[in-house]
Amino acid sequence: MNHHITLVVNGVVREASVPARRLLSDCLRHDLGLTGTHVGCEHGVCGACTVLLDGEPVRSCLTFAVTVDGREITTVEGLATGGELSPVQRAFAECHGLQCGFCTPGFLCTATAFLRDNPAPDDEEVLEAISGNLCRCTGYQNIIKAVHRAAEIQAEEAG
Amino acid sequence: MKPPPFDYHGPASLGETLRVLAEVGPHGKVLAGGQSLIPLLNMRLAAPAHLVDINRVAELDTIAAEPGGVRVGALARHAAVERSAAARAVQPLLGQALRLVAHPVIRNRGTVVGSLVHADPSAELPAVLALLGGSVRLARLGGEREVAAAEFFTGPLESAVAPGELAVSAFFPALPERSGTAFCEVARRHGDYAVAGVAAAVTLDEDFRIAAARVACVSVGPVPVVADVTEVCGPRPAASVGWDVDWDAVARAVQDRIDPEEDIHATATYRRHLTGVLVTRALKSAAHEAGHGEQGEL
Amino acid sequence: MSERREPAREHVTGVFGKRVQRREDARLITGRGRFLDDLGGNALAAAFVRSPHAHARIRDIDVAAALDVDGLVAIYTWEDLPGVLAEPLPLLIPHPALTHGRTAYPLAREVVRHVGEPVVMVVARDRYVAEDACSLIEVDYEILKPVVGVEEAAQAAHLVHEDVPGNVAAHMVQEVPAPDGRSAREAIEAAPHTLAFRLDIERSACTPLEGKGVYARWDADDESLRVYSSTQTSTSVRMAIAAKLGLPLPKVEVIAPDVGGGFGVKIVHPWPEEILVPWAARLLDREIKWTEDRREHFISSAHERAQVQYVRVGFDDDGRVLGLDVNILHDNGAYTPYGIIVPIVTSTQLLGPYKIGAYRVEFSSIYTNTVQVTPYRGAGRPQGVFCMERTMDRIAAHLGRDRTDVRAANFIQPDEFPYDQGMTFQDGRPLIYDSGDYPESLRMLKELIGWDSFPAMRDQAAAEGRRIGIGVGCYVEGTGVGPYEGGHVQVTSDGRVHVSTGLTSQGQGHETVFAQIVATELGVPFEKVSVVTGDTRRFGYAVGTFASRAAVVSGNAIALACRKVREKALRIAADALEADPRDLEITDGVVHVVGAPSASIPLSTIAVLSNPLRYAFDDETRRATQFASAPSPDRPPVSEGEEPGLEGRDYYSPIRSTFASGMHAAIVETDPLTAEIKILRYAVVHDCGKLINPMIVEGQIHGGVAQGVGGALYEKMVYDQHGQLLNASFMDFLMPYATEVPRIETTHLETPSPLNPLGVKGAGEAGVIPVSAVIAAAIEDAEGIPIDRMPISPSDLHALRLAR
Repeated sequence: MNHHITLVVNGVVREASVPARRLLSDCLRHDLGLTGTHVGCEHGVCGACTVLLDGEPVRSCLTFAVTVDGREITTVEGLATGGELSPVQRAFAECHGLQCGFCTPGFLCTATAFLRDNPAPDDEEVLEAISGNLCRCTGYQNIIKAVHRAAEIQAEEAG
Repeated sequence: MKPPPFDYHGPASLGETLRVLAEVGPHGKVLAGGQSLIPLLNMRLAAPAHLVDINRVAELDTIAAEPGGVRVGALARHAAVERSAAARAVQPLLGQALRLVAHPVIRNRGTVVGSLVHADPSAELPAVLALLGGSVRLARLGGEREVAAAEFFTGPLESAVAPGELAVSAFFPALPERSGTAFCEVARRHGDYAVAGVAAAVTLDEDFRIAAARVACVSVGPVPVVADVTEVCGPRPAASVGWDVDWDAVARAVQDRIDPEEDIHATATYRRHLTGVLVTRALKSAAHEAGHGEQGEL
Repeated sequence: MSERREPAREHVTGVFGKRVQRREDARLITGRGRFLDDLGGNALAAAFVRSPHAHARIRDIDVAAALDVDGLVAIYTWEDLPGVLAEPLPLLIPHPALTHGRTAYPLAREVVRHVGEPVVMVVARDRYVAEDACSLIEVDYEILKPVVGVEEAAQAAHLVHEDVPGNVAAHMVQEVPAPDGRSAREAIEAAPHTLAFRLDIERSACTPLEGKGVYARWDADDESLRVYSSTQTSTSVRMAIAAKLGLPLPKVEVIAPDVGGGFGVKIVHPWPEEILVPWAARLLDREIKWTEDRREHFISSAHERAQVQYVRVGFDDDGRVLGLDVNILHDNGAYTPYGIIVPIVTSTQLLGPYKIGAYRVEFSSIYTNTVQVTPYRGAGRPQGVFCMERTMDRIAAHLGRDRTDVRAANFIQPDEFPYDQGMTFQDGRPLIYDSGDYPESLRMLKELIGWDSFPAMRDQAAAEGRRIGIGVGCYVEGTGVGPYEGGHVQVTSDGRVHVSTGLTSQGQGHETVFAQIVATELGVPFEKVSVVTGDTRRFGYAVGTFASRAAVVSGNAIALACRKVREKALRIAADALEADPRDLEITDGVVHVVGAPSASIPLSTIAVLSNPLRYAFDDETRRATQFASAPSPDRPPVSEGEEPGLEGRDYYSPIRSTFASGMHAAIVETDPLTAEIKILRYAVVHDCGKLINPMIVEGQIHGGVAQGVGGALYEKMVYDQHGQLLNASFMDFLMPYATEVPRIETTHLETPSPLNPLGVKGAGEAGVIPVSAVIAAAIEDAEGIPIDRMPISPSDLHALRLAR
């Protein structure tokens, strides 16, 4: 039996008819065609599938689409506004915070929510914020640098 | 790794939830945060015929902090309890433990009651409930019961929740005045289940002597292992010279109570050793907090 | 094929050597990357029934219960496979010493030899349904005795393959006598000091965040196949598919889209799925996709590292090695599709930056009922370096000398290059180091980490009740192996430059680095250059991405192709400007006479002129049509020996590998009570010849070191006695998070390679190579306990303390 659900994804109302077991990650990728959200483990450890649910980062592979019927989702495709890259996106490119780019959408979503709540973090807070996301390419050093740089850009643009 | 099919129920009220649970009985499984259940489903290690999703039952999304303790509803997320200043004020151990539960993103979705029902002996929250002598309220169609922590955890990944029942809330009692708590653990990676971990609570008397001291240990038995070490610890005179506690004896007393096993991450011997180290660390830290740090270095 | 030995161009201008931001990022940070599973939204899904047993005979396969699943399309077993598809998968790299090479069938035939081996293929509407069907298929197995653990396997109480005696796939000895002719064993006997010990390294794996995947589209009208694969070699996958499916090569195209990390596992090919999915797509005339999930990746791709090494060494009072004798037991898992490359690399690269008096190395490559072993970043070097560096530390400890002094006493000196180690390397060519400066590298490292001031730091820590230690490790890495790569460079009439090379990318930033080479070589704006890799439609001849070879082999091929284009552009411009080509220079995409900037012609115009046209379709092309100008009536529009178009293709085929090198040092702290291990500092001196983009090279080092830290302290594949992999998930296979990886301090040394036009050496694998050796040395230094087994956990360290 399929369930008819409505999600507000990146500000756009999207409808889908999905079986109850459809993971939110698969719903976004396959039913809605938003393939920017990646699936790296399907058991909640790697964080590649992290999206924002009503603004809070969650694992979309550990969420059923039907559970979040009616809620707002932000994916990596929704981070840029009006064609302009967000400070987090720009900082990741500037600091070489990605290599293969597969884990990157999860880091970007996580960092975006983190910097919204904590615009001027210290080293330890940045580390804690991204501590649930795996990256096999970068060794994280430039990701940490990028989160700090994003905070800087955010502050510059707010100031 | 995709979940097997199941019949989905999305009740909007507690009453409706209990009716559905009564109907599906042993074939039903409750979905709250899903951070432990959905991995099991994705790996097809669990295949319930019915999934009862309580995420729409708003009346379960509660955190009630009263002088006597904190009652946490079935839908309260780890992150919400962690952020709740009121809950932290009444029972600081909640915040101390929640910081150690997985990663922030998991805590955004996972629930406190869900962690208790999952009853992983390596998890922090069952140890907290056991240490504090808290309880879990189980509701079923036409009734409810309050199960004490000591009876709630019945084995690894096994709790007292019966078919047709829903764990609607958990109660974490407050501690008396001049009490302190701590949670110390060693995990392989930050955020992993602990190789060993110890929650401790210490209460001082009016003369700042140890009046009560308890620990709960994780990953060293089928359920959280609670040990009352008041006798071994004290009462010792409080003094600027320190607590004068024979910490080695305290550690040994706890080590005698645990039954660790070897797994791919650690030997039983190491777990036993580590538990001893962490018992001392956690108790010292709890005692220090109980004395508001006024009693000098331990 | 070019065999030029031009001196490296002076890259004083242009973007070569600059920290240029990456081309790839724009799409990857906005969710517009195209990874395998992002393609084929309407394709059917494939899933596999895989063996739950390590060693078993298949008695029966019963698919009846699965046939009722709504959405099921097809079920295949080995019996269904036609012709050569039913034969074992290819043995990719045969070797005379590999006397008993064995490979798996695409779907198991009669016997399964590791947990995870594919037995049945299911095609269904989507992956959920495909997995439902898999769960209903009943395979009846007769359990056979599993062979687990390389030493147990070597005793051969039970066999992995009935027809492989002793479980020995290969046995090989290489021996280099001392200058005086003595053998290693004689030299050791005669040495003033000797030591003998055993070392042990456990299994890890590449575990890229994106698993493997294949997506096939059959075009029945055209009778052609387009396959997307998350591979490190699209050209070779293409040839394998054409051969296995009996298709003409031009009717098969293979594309590596964005690939979410490889680290070696995706160089192996064809994976069963890489031929089964295209085969089924043609058979069913439907698009089919298989996306490997995480559990599949753990149990049915490849692992690496596991070796046991027995070492005997003889040395003099200064710590100079007079003879070294190493016997290696190499666990190759159940099959050997990639031959014996890993143990060959271990046994040759073990020598590092040292002159060893006499060397004998023997290895046995042994079958076990576990996942096959194929190269993982470093490809056998981490084990070899672990062996040699632990040996150096033991010599220093025995003699009571500084560990860096012992190393320095054995270094090959800068004036001794090219240095012939007297062995045969993994490419079948002599192991001759081209360049390096090891004493300078060590000097820089000691300065960076503060080697000489460490004793004071240790005393300070001890006074605080803390335990710290320092370790060092050196390596030499043969990079950029042949046989060849090619590059194609085309300038179009809009002034854009289109570059393609056949090898693939998995996050190394090739689009950026190759564009930097082209912009510099051709004198065009970086922004005008676009690069395509790993697409057989664009470039059909290639080998693949492995052995830190992309920048060296494709980079130089592209540079050579650029030089052809440049030559042609200058020839045409000289004609048009009535100038001597030797007086011309290209700047910002414009050819001009040196010293007379007004006499100039843009490359876009030259592109027009290079391609005489009959038909015009815009203003630019009108200038190239037959009535537009008055070309010489005496010669044909396209001169003899010329081709239309401003483009060039060239290949670079290295005479042999170029040898990068590096040295790492770490300071670690061990908790006296909990035995937790923390890396306080990690320092790297790295020499990969000329740097094309230092930012990208540093990123490669960071990532390599992080994988090394994983392999040293966290990651291992744990098999039980039944051959079950106990930690086939990210829950229990402990890949480091940001919280486990230290900050890495990096310094570069540049000793250019004399072997190639750009003077570059490979950089992709370097970071991972010495990490286990370095961390082991530092822990040993902190604890005073010999560390001869990696990885090491707090529990392991605690056990060592108890055993002391």
